[in-house]
Amino acid sequence: MTYTAWIIVTAALVGLSCGLVGVFLILRKTAMMADAISHTVLLGIVIAFLVTREVSGSAMLVGGILAGLVTAFLVQWLHSLRVQHDASMGIVFTTLFAIGVILISTSVGNAHLDVQHALMGEITFIPFHTITLPVIGQIPQATALLMIVFLVVLFFIIAFYKEWKITSFDPTLAASLGIPVMVMHYLFMSLVSVTTVASFDSVGAIMVVAMLITPAASAYLWTDKLAVMLVLSGFFGVISAVAGFYVAAWIDTSISGSMAFATGIVFLVSFIGSPKHGLLSKYIRPGVHGRIVWRVKR
Amino acid sequence: MGNSIIKVEDLSASYRKNTVLEDISFEVEPGSLTAIVGPNGAGKSTLMKTMLDLHPLLTGNVTYFGLPFQKAKKRIGYVPQRGSVDWDFPTDALDVVTMGLYGKIGWLKRPSKKHRELAFEALKKMGMEDYANRQISQLSGGQQQRVFLARALVQQADLYFMDEPLAGVDAATERAIMATLKELNEIGKTVLVVHHDLQTVMDYFDHVLFLNRTIISHGKTNEIFTKENIAQTYGGNMRLIGGEFQHVVSTSE
Repeated sequence: MTYTAWIIVTAALVGLSCGLVGVFLILRKTAMMADAISHTVLLGIVIAFLVTREVSGSAMLVGGILAGLVTAFLVQWLHSLRVQHDASMGIVFTTLFAIGVILISTSVGNAHLDVQHALMGEITFIPFHTITLPVIGQIPQATALLMIVFLVVLFFIIAFYKEWKITSFDPTLAASLGIPVMVMHYLFMSLVSVTTVASFDSVGAIMVVAMLITPAASAYLWTDKLAVMLVLSGFFGVISAVAGFYVAAWIDTSISGSMAFATGIVFLVSFIGSPKHGLLSKYIRPGVHGRIVWRVKR
Repeated sequence: MGNSIIKVEDLSASYRKNTVLEDISFEVEPGSLTAIVGPNGAGKSTLMKTMLDLHPLLTGNVTYFGLPFQKAKKRIGYVPQRGSVDWDFPTDALDVVTMGLYGKIGWLKRPSKKHRELAFEALKKMGMEDYANRQISQLSGGQQQRVFLARALVQQADLYFMDEPLAGVDAATERAIMATLKELNEIGKTVLVVHHDLQTVMDYFDHVLFLNRTIISHGKTNEIFTKENIAQTYGGNMRLIGGEFQHVVSTSE
């Protein structure tokens, strides 16, 4: 495959995995946990690097999961000590991220890691680091990692579909039926973490938030069915990623930036034009419950 | 009462640093239909949540069927206040009712056709069969409450807790809910309801629990639903119209 093809495949995988995970971030009203975790996985990656002295996919995944869980746990813990939820999130993630930044500049030296790369990602370099897998053959390391993560995310969403649904909609009922709500919470935070780690190389810590939240928020405006929302969100993620790549190639700009921008355009189109909950549909069909009204009210 | 189904001993609970419930002890007879009444801020919802392990217990002990909550929870159904969930969630009425069965379905399994039929039956019982596939945000407040009640019905619990099921619902919904409660009561289920309308207590409930941070009185409605107990529970926020408790209105709401 050509370099361009690999970049597009990688971008599409980022859009797909982030789109799926993002649906539950939106429905569980934990969208900003994505922002927090996307920053703190940096610390996990740096520590994984310091321990193993190599930039390997599996060590990064483990480090990322741990960092994500520590973040989720600390946020929860500070909140239980009566720090406001949003404040405890702000405190925890900036602190952990700062430790990551300090470690990069002091201990890591001029390895593959640097802050600029961590924040923005660099999808154009991805085809240069290849590994050889059985059956598939030579494949960029980041792409292979994303494929594995996508399969893991897909597996967990399908396997625990009804548990995700009930713990997102009504955690109280879920708990009273004997479903381990906290275990599901931390499992979900782990999924967010692995998705973020895998997307890190390509789009970086900041743009991954756009890929996680915006396609899902757009899909939310198009449908009243959870399964359809998942499919649409994944689809919007892929469309934004691919369109973003071509726009970036056309006007010669940052690929991750234009991917994130594309998600914003998809949202804007949905916000205005969605036949179900869009702005225009309310003028055309007055009396329809608009989700936008509700969103603004919150 | 040796055969009580719920036994609460010396329960207390606090919100932030304020104690809202103190020195609560009572027992509930099986097959009773109890209204929990009291002014705003009396701790009615908190009492329910504390008993169900949804709010921390400061002191005391609660047992169900002689067992601690964790061992008895599958036999207990809880209908929270309608505002406790996001009705914009992408799902329909039938799906919400089916959720009441998730504990029975088990891990890695999908709800089967049989589960959906059970859920549909429960919706039908609440007069909601025409709305089964309606997105839940498109339902009226009363209809949403009926969906919640249908969901509790499919759980087939022995004991039900309901937090203000009649708050802000239309007359048809109130009738449907009360008919269902009576029916549950007739087949021997025990039901506790946080209730706000003093005028209907006599008609609807056989037991009443007056609560204002602690228990003012608890017993059979026809014995203890008196002007004195109402006045003591509601304090100054009360006026009596015509001197009859059928016309008592709480002015605190």
